[in-house]
Amino acid sequence: MNLQAVRVIFAKEMARFFRTILESLASPVISTSLYFVVFGAAIGSRIETVGGVSYGAFIVPGLIMLTVVTQSVANASFAIHFPKFIGTMQELLAAPIGFTEIVTGFVGAAAGKSILIGLVILATAFLFVDLPIAHPLAMLALLALTSLSFSLFGFIIGIWAKDFQQLQLIPLLVLTPLIFLGGSFYSIEMLPGPWQTIALFNPVVYLMSVFRWSFFDTADVPVAVSLVAIFAFTALCLGAIWWIFRSGWRIRP
Amino acid sequence: MTAIVSVRDLVKTYDTGFRALKSVSLDIREGEILALLGPNGAGKTTLISTICGIVRPTSGQVTVGGHDIASDWRAARAMIGLVPQEIALEPFEKVFRSVSYARGLYGKPPDPAHVERVLRQLSLWDKKDSAIQPLSGGMKRRVLIAKALAHEPRVLFLDEPTAGVDVELRKDMWAVVEDLRAQGVTIILTTHYIEEAEAIADRVGIIAGGEILLVEDKASLMARMGRKELKVDLAQPIAAVPEALAGRGLTLGTGGLSLVYSYDATQERTGIVTLLTEMRAAGLPIADIATRQSSLEDIFVDLVRAGR
Repeated sequence: MNLQAVRVIFAKEMARFFRTILESLASPVISTSLYFVVFGAAIGSRIETVGGVSYGAFIVPGLIMLTVVTQSVANASFAIHFPKFIGTMQELLAAPIGFTEIVTGFVGAAAGKSILIGLVILATAFLFVDLPIAHPLAMLALLALTSLSFSLFGFIIGIWAKDFQQLQLIPLLVLTPLIFLGGSFYSIEMLPGPWQTIALFNPVVYLMSVFRWSFFDTADVPVAVSLVAIFAFTALCLGAIWWIFRSGWRIRP
Repeated sequence: MTAIVSVRDLVKTYDTGFRALKSVSLDIREGEILALLGPNGAGKTTLISTICGIVRPTSGQVTVGGHDIASDWRAARAMIGLVPQEIALEPFEKVFRSVSYARGLYGKPPDPAHVERVLRQLSLWDKKDSAIQPLSGGMKRRVLIAKALAHEPRVLFLDEPTAGVDVELRKDMWAVVEDLRAQGVTIILTTHYIEEAEAIADRVGIIAGGEILLVEDKASLMARMGRKELKVDLAQPIAAVPEALAGRGLTLGTGGLSLVYSYDATQERTGIVTLLTEMRAAGLPIADIATRQSSLEDIFVDLVRAGR
């Protein structure tokens, strides 16, 4: 493995994040605060508790996931689409680097940013609500794993997209609905009968359920099932990227 | 000399069905400057891009320094520097950082002293902390060259390096090329400026329609195919070539004001002296004399035409 290459790619990607540190962190913090005001205070005051947890605290894991998933996809897809767009992809293709270096550098940096953002939101949440964390280590591990798997997913979108419109397409049409319908702000037990079954086809439900479990020790679906789902998704994305580099799909004519 | 880059039966057919390379074989000698000449769409960039790993070959084999570009691609690519034809650079990146980044991609540890040397050589040192975006086109091209040299490549590909470049930069660039040659770096450049090949190449390869038409030492190519012309301007126009000079292969210029004599410059007896003596004897008023050697351009145009 070409470690120098991983180092420079990672450093360059993180440098972009820190160069725009205010934009990078301010927008998730502000939008999280808004969610707290709207959902936590305005609507939450009319909802007593969900499974014994105050509604304000209940939405925190959902809020973190919402931002971490969208930021991971946005960061990773942009990071690899931009070189394709401006033509500097050639530099990467001609260099003695392959699947391992590019994935570690680009996806590693995108996931790193998401983890930082997730932690900042968590810190913000403590300002608003009393928040228990039942399994802190599991919570951190899940945060890292989610950042990684959706950064991998974003990387694939970045290579797949032929222009910036397509780059927005999947996050807008697929991810956002899945996240909102995935129980970010409610427990799927609160859904009417048949919708509970339909919701089980939404992969985000598993993610949200296990992440919420790490905070409140209660889950909509069994923890083991959630873990298998997340690992399977990560493996699928890794496999797809490995195939992309092997076949040259949309990067190497 | 040994071949540092060896291309065997290389074929590239794009997904669109376009066959950019039709079985190209080529040996590039270590330390030489090889100019690849060809019209637009000849396959120059595809050939270079395939050797550099940007384009996947359909079939055929390429080795760089003995390393196969398919099975031993890391070692092969590590030896190569590429200056692409299109200016593609990160707009917000600083010059020094961008060049250091390129070095890192090739697995070399940071070496600010080397980066400084490269930047100074390309007159970029005072721009080292400038963002790339506001630089002029010529400066951006210098940055591209600096990036290609950042990892001390043994083989440097320059894809149309002087397209749209001013005279000063062109001169600077040739100085850099001479310098690299002195260090033993092998240089392959593509161009459609013939004078460029004529000025600096050791060997010239001519490529058209995805095929290499010839690769030859520049000097022997020019000597072999080089014709010289003697043009004699006359003080007064004549209606036809005088009878006394018929059979010498002269052609009458426009308006009957000149005579053109074509000869082989490599022959011992060119026949110039005899011709001039005969012209004087024929009473032709000679006003001026000029000779012209056919350039690579003429040779190139002839070859490409014949190849079609």
